[in-house]
Amino acid sequence: MIEEDIEKIQEETKRWNRDCLGKHTFRKRETDWGLEIKPLYTVDDTKDINYLEDIGFPGEYPFTRAPHPSMYLGKLWTMRQYSGYGTADETNKRYKYLLEQGQTGLSVAFDLPTQIGYDSDHPLSQGEVGKVGVAVDSLADMETIFNGLPLDKLSTSMTINAPAAILLAMYLTVAEKQGIGPEKLNGTIQNDILKEYTVRGTYIFPVGPSLRLITDIFEYCSKYVPKWNTINIAGYHMREAGATAVQEIAFTFADAIEYVNAGIKAGLRVDDFAPRISWIFNTHNNFFEEIAKYRAARRLWAKIMKERFGASDPRSWMFRFHTQTAGSALTAQQPLNNVVRVAFQTLAAILGGAQSLASCSFDEALALPTEESVRLSLRTQQIIAHEIGVTDTVDPMGGSFYIESLTKKMEEKITDYIKRIDELGGAAAAIEKGYIQQEIQESAYRYQKEVESGGKVVVGMNSYQVEEPLPKGLLKVDTEVGAIQIKKLKELKTTRDNQKVQSTLLALRKTAEGHANLMPPIIEAVKAYATLGETCDVLREVFGEYEGTSVI
Amino acid sequence: MELVDEVRKGSVRALAKLITLVENEMPGGIEAMEKIYPLTGNAYIIGITGPPGAGKSTLTDRITKELRRQNHTVGIIAIDPTSPFTGGALLGDRVRMQGVSSDEDVFIRSMATRGSLGGLSRATSDTVKLLDAYGKDYIIIETVGVGQDEVDIVRTADVSILAVMPGGGDDIQAIKAGIMEIGDIFVVNKADRDGADRLVTEIKMMLGLSSTEREWTPPVIKTIATEDQGIDTLVEKIKEHREFLVKSGMLACRRKERIRCEIIKMIEHEIYRYLDSLIGENKDFFEQRLEDIVNKKEDPYLLAKKTVETIAKRISKNANV
Amino acid sequence: MNQDKRIRVLVAKPGLDGHDRGAKVIARALRDSGMEVIYTGIRQTPEQIVDAALQEDVDTILLSILSGAHGFLFPRIMELLKEKGLGDILVLGGGIIPEDDVPELKKLGVSEIFGPGMSSQTLINYIRENLSQG
Repeated sequence: MIEEDIEKIQEETKRWNRDCLGKHTFRKRETDWGLEIKPLYTVDDTKDINYLEDIGFPGEYPFTRAPHPSMYLGKLWTMRQYSGYGTADETNKRYKYLLEQGQTGLSVAFDLPTQIGYDSDHPLSQGEVGKVGVAVDSLADMETIFNGLPLDKLSTSMTINAPAAILLAMYLTVAEKQGIGPEKLNGTIQNDILKEYTVRGTYIFPVGPSLRLITDIFEYCSKYVPKWNTINIAGYHMREAGATAVQEIAFTFADAIEYVNAGIKAGLRVDDFAPRISWIFNTHNNFFEEIAKYRAARRLWAKIMKERFGASDPRSWMFRFHTQTAGSALTAQQPLNNVVRVAFQTLAAILGGAQSLASCSFDEALALPTEESVRLSLRTQQIIAHEIGVTDTVDPMGGSFYIESLTKKMEEKITDYIKRIDELGGAAAAIEKGYIQQEIQESAYRYQKEVESGGKVVVGMNSYQVEEPLPKGLLKVDTEVGAIQIKKLKELKTTRDNQKVQSTLLALRKTAEGHANLMPPIIEAVKAYATLGETCDVLREVFGEYEGTSVI
Repeated sequence: MELVDEVRKGSVRALAKLITLVENEMPGGIEAMEKIYPLTGNAYIIGITGPPGAGKSTLTDRITKELRRQNHTVGIIAIDPTSPFTGGALLGDRVRMQGVSSDEDVFIRSMATRGSLGGLSRATSDTVKLLDAYGKDYIIIETVGVGQDEVDIVRTADVSILAVMPGGGDDIQAIKAGIMEIGDIFVVNKADRDGADRLVTEIKMMLGLSSTEREWTPPVIKTIATEDQGIDTLVEKIKEHREFLVKSGMLACRRKERIRCEIIKMIEHEIYRYLDSLIGENKDFFEQRLEDIVNKKEDPYLLAKKTVETIAKRISKNANV
Repeated sequence: MNQDKRIRVLVAKPGLDGHDRGAKVIARALRDSGMEVIYTGIRQTPEQIVDAALQEDVDTILLSILSGAHGFLFPRIMELLKEKGLGDILVLGGGIIPEDDVPELKKLGVSEIFGPGMSSQTLINYIRENLSQG
C-alpha cells in the first residue's frame, strides 16, 4: 500500500469516528487482559505489519498462518477425545466405541492415584480409584486398555506427568508384545511437571529430579522412539485455573523455555529434541481472541526457537498443538447450551490451526460424559471438518484487520510476560516465588467478580435462568472399581516373579542414585510387572517428594 | 471455669476454645487467664521473623520436626495480616506445615493480626500462655513478616530468629532498616541459591559493626529448610542460646521485662476500652466539640483533660461496685 | 475495637484432586466479606482436615472436591468430626457432586452442597445465616 493511501485512510477513519460513529452511543469493549477493543479496525491498524516478515506463508517461518503448507487440505486434524474411566476393561470398550465412531486418535485419562504414583490399594487412593480416569497399577492394566487396538496405526496421547516415564515404558512394552517396534509408535506423553506445581497438583518429586526424568525421556526417545512427542507442554490447565489467553501462552512458553534449557544443560542438542515438543492449549469462548492467540503463539515460538535458542532445524521452530475446548466455560445450568459453546470453541480451534482436538461434552460440568454426549461432541468436529467449508483454504482468517492487529497485540503482551519471568530467573524460580500462581489467581478472582456482578453474561447461569429439573442419565463410575483393582493387585503379586521385581527395582534405585538414563531400568521393572506404586516408591526414596506450596 | 480444668486435663478442644475466647475478648476470657497465669513459665518460646519469602513457615515446620525427634512437644502460632479494608484474613501458613500438622503432640493455631501492628496479634501473648499452661515444651511464633515492624517478637519470645534468603537484595536492606538488632540467631535460608555466602558475610560484618556491647554473638546459620539441611545445627544453637540466657540470668530479666510490657499493654488496653465506649456513647457530643475545636471556639487540650477525668470517674465507679 | 466473634472458616481440599481454583476463589471471597479463612492446600487427608478444624476452632468447614471421591471422603470426615466432639461445626461441600448423591451426604450431617455456578454471595449469606441461628 502506498503512503498517500494510508494517510487518506487515516483521515477518513478520523472523519468516520467523529462524524458518523460519534453520533451514536455504544459500549466500549475490553479484553480480559486489558486491551481496549476498537469499534472498527481498518488497514490503518495493520500498517506496521510486514506481510512477508510477520505473516508469511503456511509451512514457512514464522508460521503465523499455519505449520504445514496444505493444512487441512492435506490432512484433517486428529480427532482425539479425552477419555478413560473405571477399569482397564471399561476404558478399552470406550476406546473401541470411539474409534468405530470415526475418532482418529486416543487420549488416555488416568485416575488420580495413577497420576500421583499410588497403587489402588494405597490408603490415599481410597475413593479415588477409577474416578477421573482409568486406574493403572501395572503393565497388566495397560495390556487390557490397548487389547485389540493396533498401536502402529494409532496415535495415543497420555495425560501423565510425574510418572510419565513409567507409563511410557508400559506403552512401549505393550507395543513390543504386539510385535511393534518403538520406532513405529506415534503419540504423546504430557510430561509437563512445572504446571503441576502451579495449577494441576499431580506432582510427586521435587523440581530437580523431575527435570531429570523429563530430559532422560528426551534423550531416550530421540534415540529409540523418534516419532514420539516427548513432552506436551500445557497451557490448558492454567486457563482452567483462571489465566487469561495471554497468560496461558506466556506462562506455557516460560515453562517450555525452562525445559529447553534443561535439555541443553543435560548435554542435548536443541535440534535433537525441540522438534518433538508439542502443546496442549485451551480453546475458550472469545472467538477471535482464540484464533489470534494461536497465530501469535506460532509466530512467537518460531522466533524464540530460532533467535533465543539458535535452533536451525525448521521442525524445531514449528508450533504444533493439541487443544481441548474449555471445561470451565461449561455450565451446570441448562447443560444443552454447552453444545453451542463447544461448537463455537471447536470452530475457533480449527480457524486457529489446531493439529489435534478434543471437544468437551455438554454434560461435563456435571459428571464424566456418557457415550451419547461424547459422540455428539465428536460429531461436532466432523460437521466442522466436512460440512461448513472452513477447511477449504489455509488460514481463512488471515488478513482480517482485526485478527492481524489482535495477533500482534497478543504477541507483544506475551513477550512482556516472558521478559518479566526471565527477570525473576525463569519459570521454576517464578513458580517458587509464587509469581505465576498469583497472577493466575488474580485473573480467576477478577473473572468471578465480573460474573457475580453481572458484568460478564453467562447465559443460563447469571442471566436467562430457568427453573429446571435435575439432570438425568449421567454417567456414574462403578464404586466397586477400587475393590476390583485391589483384588487384581493381590493376584498379580502372587503370580509374578517377585525376585525379578526386587532385582529390577534395585537396579532402578542404583541408577536413580547415579546419573545414567532412567528409562532402561524403568522398562525392565515394568516388564517384571513391578507396580506403578512400587516403582514410584523407589524413586520417592531416592529423590524425596515435592511439598505443596499453595500460594494464595 | 470448666475450660481451664479441661485444658489442664489435656483437652485440645478446650485449648482451642479458650484461645478463641481470649482472641475475641469474650466474657470469661480474663477470668480464665487469671487461672492460667500461675500454670505458665515452663515453655520455651521461639520467635521466627523475617521478610516474606524467607521460608519462615517451612523453617517452623522443620524446627518442629527436629524438636519432636528429640521428644519435645510443640505449639505453633502462625500470624498473618488482617485486611484493613474488610477485616478478613487469609491464613495460609498451615499449607507449609503439612509435615507436623497431623502429629498429636503439635498444636498449630493460625491467627490474624486484627489491626495490631508489630508483627503479632494482640492475643498472641495470651495464646502463648495457654499453650504453655497446656504443657507444650516449646512454642514457636511465626510473625507476619512484613520486615519492618516486627520488633514485638523480642518482647514475646525468649529467642528471636531472623530468617533471610539470598537474592533480590531487598532483604539486607530490610535488615539495615532496623530489625537487625532483634536477632539472637540469624538464618540464611535457601542457602543453595547464589549469594548465600555473601549474605552470611554481610550479616556478620553488620553484627561486627554494631556498637552495642554483646555477651552473645548471634550465630549466622545456613539452612535449606526444604531439604532439612542445617536444621539440626539451628536447633542446637537455640538450645545453646537458652543455656546462655539461663546461666547469665538474662532469661529471668527478659521474662520480667516481658511481663512489665504486658502489664502496661493490659492497662492501656483497659483504659482504651473505656475511651472507646465513652466516644461510642457520645458520638454527637464529640462531633460537636470537634467542630468547635476546628473553628477555634474551644481548645483540644481541655477536651482531652475532661475526657480523662470522665474515664477516671467511670473506672472508680466500677471499682466501687 | 471489635468485640464480635469473627467467623473462622476452614477451606480444605480433601483427596488427591489438585483443582483448587474454586477453593481459592471462594477463600478470597470469604476473606473479602470479613471472615478469617484458614486454607490448608491440596491433598488433605480426612484426619488432617479434622485436626485443623479442631486446633483452629473454626465455625465452618468448606470442602471442595471435583474428583468424584466425595462418596468416601465426606463420610470419613463427618465420622472423625463426631469422634472428636466437633459435630456442631457447619460443614459445607462444593465442586462437582451429582445431585443424586446430595441426600446421602445431608443425612451424614453435611449442611449444604454448592454446585458449579453458585455465587460467592450466596455462600457468604448461607454461612452468616446458619451461624447466627446456631
